[in-house]
Amino acid sequence: MTVTVQDFLQIDLPALMAAVLACAACALVGNFLVLRRQGLMGDAVSHAVLPGIVGGFLLAGTRDTLPMMAGALVSAALAGVLIEAVRRLGRLESGAAMGVVFTLFFAAGVVMIEQGPARAVDLDADCVLYGQLETILWLAPTSWSSLLRPAVWLELPRQVVTLAAVFALAVACVLLFRKELTIAAFDPGLAGALGLRPGLFHYGVLLLTAATAIAAFEAVGSILVVAMLIAPPAAARLLTDRLPVQLVLSTALGALAGMAGYAGAAFGPFWLGAEHSLNAAGMIAVAAGGILTLAVLLGPRHGILGRVLGQRRLAAAVAQSGDSLGR
Amino acid sequence: MQYLWRTPGARDDAGQTPMGPSPLVVRGLTVAYHRKPVLWDVTYVAPPRGLIAVVGPNGAGKSTLIKACLGLVPTVGGAIEVFGRPLRKQRRLVGYVPQRESVDWDFPVSALDVVAMGRYGMIGWFRPVSRSHKEAALHALERVGMADFAHRQIGQLSGGQQQRVFLARALAQEAQLYFMDEPFAGVDAATERAVLQVLRALDAAGRTVVCVHHDLQTVAEYFDHALLVNARVIADGPVGEVLTAENLRAAYGGRPLPFEVAGA
Amino acid sequence: MLEEAARVLTLQAGFNTAVVVAGTAALGMAGGTVGTFLLLRRRALVSDALSHATLPGIAAAFLLGVWLGLPGRSLPLLLAGAAVSGVLGVLTIQALVRFTRLTEDSAIGAVLATAFGLGVVLLSYIQSLQVGGQAGLGHFILGQTAAMAWREAVAMGVLALAAAGTTALLFKELRLVAFDPGFAHGQGWPVQRLDIALMALAALVTVIGLQTVGLILVVALLIIPPAAARFWTERLGAMTVIAAVVGALSGWLGATLSALFPKLPAGAVIVLVAGGFFLLSFLFAPARGLAAAALRAARLRLALAEQQALRRLLVGGDASPVMRRWLAVKGFHRNGALTDRGRAAARAAERNRRLWERFLIDHPALAPATPDWGIAPIDRVLPADLVRVLEERAR
Repeated sequence: MTVTVQDFLQIDLPALMAAVLACAACALVGNFLVLRRQGLMGDAVSHAVLPGIVGGFLLAGTRDTLPMMAGALVSAALAGVLIEAVRRLGRLESGAAMGVVFTLFFAAGVVMIEQGPARAVDLDADCVLYGQLETILWLAPTSWSSLLRPAVWLELPRQVVTLAAVFALAVACVLLFRKELTIAAFDPGLAGALGLRPGLFHYGVLLLTAATAIAAFEAVGSILVVAMLIAPPAAARLLTDRLPVQLVLSTALGALAGMAGYAGAAFGPFWLGAEHSLNAAGMIAVAAGGILTLAVLLGPRHGILGRVLGQRRLAAAVAQSGDSLGR
Repeated sequence: MQYLWRTPGARDDAGQTPMGPSPLVVRGLTVAYHRKPVLWDVTYVAPPRGLIAVVGPNGAGKSTLIKACLGLVPTVGGAIEVFGRPLRKQRRLVGYVPQRESVDWDFPVSALDVVAMGRYGMIGWFRPVSRSHKEAALHALERVGMADFAHRQIGQLSGGQQQRVFLARALAQEAQLYFMDEPFAGVDAATERAVLQVLRALDAAGRTVVCVHHDLQTVAEYFDHALLVNARVIADGPVGEVLTAENLRAAYGGRPLPFEVAGA
Repeated sequence: MLEEAARVLTLQAGFNTAVVVAGTAALGMAGGTVGTFLLLRRRALVSDALSHATLPGIAAAFLLGVWLGLPGRSLPLLLAGAAVSGVLGVLTIQALVRFTRLTEDSAIGAVLATAFGLGVVLLSYIQSLQVGGQAGLGHFILGQTAAMAWREAVAMGVLALAAAGTTALLFKELRLVAFDPGFAHGQGWPVQRLDIALMALAALVTVIGLQTVGLILVVALLIIPPAAARFWTERLGAMTVIAAVVGALSGWLGATLSALFPKLPAGAVIVLVAGGFFLLSFLFAPARGLAAAALRAARLRLALAEQQALRRLLVGGDASPVMRRWLAVKGFHRNGALTDRGRAAARAAERNRRLWERFLIDHPALAPATPDWGIAPIDRVLPADLVRVLEERAR
């Protein structure tokens, strides 16, 4: 199959842009989950939004994004509150509290989906789970030069615009609250003493995560949002010890996973002689995992290779010093 | 090659004493966290029995030494022998009283359940905890003055009581060599007396106790031998010989000592 | 409708339905039993990663079956593939936590999402192949009981009983490792291998439940019944039994509801029933439920007020009319003055207060964790030798 330029610009480019923006936004926000050991909050949020999405759809009666996103935010916030309640009042550990709440929410969402109206209009769990990159189309551009015309950009698909806005929001939040984020990530006790209200901060991060995740759902689906919230920040964490570097690096790695994953799914099979493309969302998650694996194995200081070499050098130093003292 | 305890001057031709293998031999032990050495080339031979205090400044690796002796932390080099054989073959002979913070106090077990865990090694795989083992556990609780609290959930006990339960658990193991990690830290006076009573009883029964101890002022009173470490072994032997002003300066890095050490 | 419901509940609505309901109940029971130790070992969400990681195994097993020329969909092969990749996922998590500085939550999330993504990619590849038998693969994600044959349900039941039985056999070992893994290791118990055994049991329950509940929700069977059971007791043995019962009931009722209303997705219904039990336990369980806690707090306030009033009356002060009436009911107060019993109680309250004060001054860091420790009779909370010491020092 040959891809014409126009096909690429109209079908692949918007999907690629959506994927990259979604991945970059999730990777950036994900740092504050990973640093606070709350990586699984992303998992919980992505499951807990389902009843909100379906509820928004049922209440609004249309497949517009806004009611569904609003419903998803409400659902995520409610889940956050309930998780805290179960943790605090029920004295369950946080993993179990999350597990109880998000599975119940997800089950409720599944039941709601299977009822008449939602089923009939093809709102099914599949597209919430996997996203629908393939349906993002940009019909305006016809050639590379056409990209220079502003009118073309005005017709950018809605999903891409939303994701760009969310990414900008994430960057703005990170820049505005850089100091607070750093302290709250490393020392919640100190943050509280300085009057920074870590409780408030916790819900702020939760809402930002939910907003980012919801915007990204359309591109990569809910389960795979978890991959983007965790894998790029984790990889960056293994490659650097400095927070600003980690933030930039994780965003870049997220974008890279988005590009590599999409390219691998859309074009890879054809380069290998196959006939059909693969699921883009899944491939992006695999790409993110692959980047993390490389960081784990080859990271110069914290990767396995680096550590093994370091330990060998240390053992050698011990042996030498022992000899010199004649013990 | 076995390390045997040698009392100065009392050697036979083969360099061995008739006292049998030392309860604990540490050879060239090195432990590092992220390339920072915490213990460096530690070598130590414990006396055949008695109460041994491991002392040194904060962060000197005292706890780490105990944990390494139990195989709980990975080592970069060195070997541990218990009564002449590698540690992993001698687990049944070794008892452990950890620091109090290491468990989840909300766990649904009673004090008796916890003490009975010390007997699991004797019970073996798959078999339930029989009545006789439960009675042995209760007896251990009596020795620490906690028999009345046998069925209390552990989170409902005070700090000193929790420490006593851990001590009873080690006693229930009926071991020969005991490691204790700061058993006197942060406990009430009665618990301190209870712990001391247990230590003295163990000593009288010929057991060896290696104890991380934080309070230099009571070392001479409670223990017979000492091991002074600060990442390396500074000195070891009878307490009076170890806790000299010179050794302490070497260990504590020249900081002025905030108190008088008895016998220094 | 009611008669039909009664028939399904009592396993009289036809052989197939009966076996499916019974098998699902067994699944729930196994989930509760194994899940108790997962909960206490803080591995609840590792099971989530385990279940998501089964997807690539299922897809790979399907492809293997196609390659080997097996007809249609070979369930044992698929489930075997699920088990292998699930366990591999858990081992990867453990390796990541042990050998890198990644925290456990990051490791779990990364493995969960990456493995699921890989499974999704493989599924899309299978779709492109257009071979037969692949229609049901997607159902492993959200589950469906409708098409379960009675043989499969029997197999499910047997495996579930095996899982529960193995957990019972390893009860004390699993309890030890869950409570104090450091001590267990020091005693020579193979902590890592026991952990792997526990995860293998979790994998077994997951694989059994994949068809019914689907891989996203099967983790609920491992988390919700034990979480509900926790509210009822402080003893591990009782907790395990209660979790098994809650799980079994959820399976039973959920499968029944799903049989009566075929439009309801079975897995989700089972989970919601379990959630109902959880809510009831959270609110009303006498040991740790909210209502009981509120009641205890109220009793505490009353006891505090009572003690304060007694002490004031003893030294000639006064108490509110309501309090005087209450003390009269208890026989402590009559005709405007303390009775003998009242005076004894007041003196005991005064001694209690002095001793607790002394304890707080001498050992500020040692208070027990129960909320009533300042008011409860000190002789019942602290050991006798400690109380003697406090009495001496308080003089």
